[in-house]
Amino acid sequence: MKISRFFKTILMTDFIGGLYIAIKEIFNSKKTINYPFEKGKISPRYRGEHALRRYPNGEERCIACKLCEAVCPAQAITIESSERADGSRKTTRYDIDMMKCIYCGLCEESCPVDAIVQGPNFEFSTETREELYYTKEKLLDNGDRWENILAANIKSDNPYR
Amino acid sequence: MEYIDIIFQETYKILFLLVPVLVSVAMIVWLDRRVWAFVQKRQGPNVVGPFGLLQSLADALKYIFKEIIIPASSNKIIFILAPIITMTLALIAWAVIPFSEEQVLANINVGILYIFAVSSLGVYGIIMGGWASNSKYPFLGAIRSAAQMVSYEVSIGIIIINVLLCVGSLNLNDIVIAQKNMWFIVPLFPMFVIFFISALAETNRPPFDLPEAEAELVAGYQTEYSGMMYAMFWLGEYANILLMCALGSILFLGGWLSPIELYPFNLIPGAVWLIFKILFLFMLFALVKAIVPRYRYDQLMRLGWKIFLPFSLIYVVLTASYLFYFNLLPKI
Repeated sequence: MKISRFFKTILMTDFIGGLYIAIKEIFNSKKTINYPFEKGKISPRYRGEHALRRYPNGEERCIACKLCEAVCPAQAITIESSERADGSRKTTRYDIDMMKCIYCGLCEESCPVDAIVQGPNFEFSTETREELYYTKEKLLDNGDRWENILAANIKSDNPYR
Repeated sequence: MEYIDIIFQETYKILFLLVPVLVSVAMIVWLDRRVWAFVQKRQGPNVVGPFGLLQSLADALKYIFKEIIIPASSNKIIFILAPIITMTLALIAWAVIPFSEEQVLANINVGILYIFAVSSLGVYGIIMGGWASNSKYPFLGAIRSAAQMVSYEVSIGIIIINVLLCVGSLNLNDIVIAQKNMWFIVPLFPMFVIFFISALAETNRPPFDLPEAEAELVAGYQTEYSGMMYAMFWLGEYANILLMCALGSILFLGGWLSPIELYPFNLIPGAVWLIFKILFLFMLFALVKAIVPRYRYDQLMRLGWKIFLPFSLIYVVLTASYLFYFNLLPKI
């Protein structure tokens, strides 16, 4: 053992240096946030809970092209469609199994009319599995609730698409 | 009637000591977690009550309402007895800690020996818990813990001999009064450092938390425990840590003596000084937990037997020769 190493061990210089850093860090600002009371910033591209959007006149955007159903790698989306009285094709059923979903965002990217989108909400845990089988009503409701944020996010992300 | 009076009086005294100790154990757990978090740039528990002060109470409430699971293959009597023993032994040692010249529950003349005996018995709670669980990890944890506590108790014993050589009495109050002119941390500084490190090992704190090394042994001897029984282990552990801090401040930091014998400092009661010193040592405990990695088992044993034991033995010889040569040996 070298002499310098011996003195380093005896005097515990490394330990005291560590102690000094620890005491210094105590008074530094904290890097974590008080989660339920304050939340971190979320990117406009954040892929959270799904929502089905509507046009400003209240008509639902989805045209039942089933591209999202086809592209979904987890096969979480189930769509059934029929022709409506005015001759347009609309969905009769639009289910997402949120437990199968892997939140990859491919449905959002494949959608030609920006109907199915993933919003910034990530706090939708439930107490039962059944509540996570999202139906068309639930998704449209989500769309109505988050519309302002969703529209703003899509607009701000548009130049990069 | 006389008996009843005496019993009531003593019970009051005991409660007057025990309740503050238990409350401060709860507070110290909060402080420990908070300091640990602050060093790692986290917030730590800060939701329950102001600054999260009531976090430990909330935890205790949770433990009380949790189910106590006793493994089918365990030895039930010993399994239940183990946490009770751990906690009782951690608490009864407080009986001889002097908070001032008069404020001491049992001013016995073998105080330090009593503390040493009780803290040695603490191993039993852990061994019993580990053995009675009848499971691999608790057993391995208990074996490690027993080996570790026994090894470091040897060096703590010899460190205490150093102090006793300077005092000439086993009474804790005498030890404090003997430091009136100079705290023992000054002449016995290397012993203080070794005492502190041995106390870390004795109470299974990081970097010597091998008995409950969570990456290897789940939670060591506590693995099979749940609910209130786990909480009792936990209380016992922290009461032991506080006890070691108290012992350290009595042996080396002058106990309830005020650091400066001047007018404004004399007014502050001795108990406050002792609590300050305990808190100071505990802050060191908490900081050390935050900054050091865990020791390997062979390194732990090497440190205990090959470095601390000979070093403290040599220091005993040095202290004794110094005292003898300069004719400073305490008169009994």
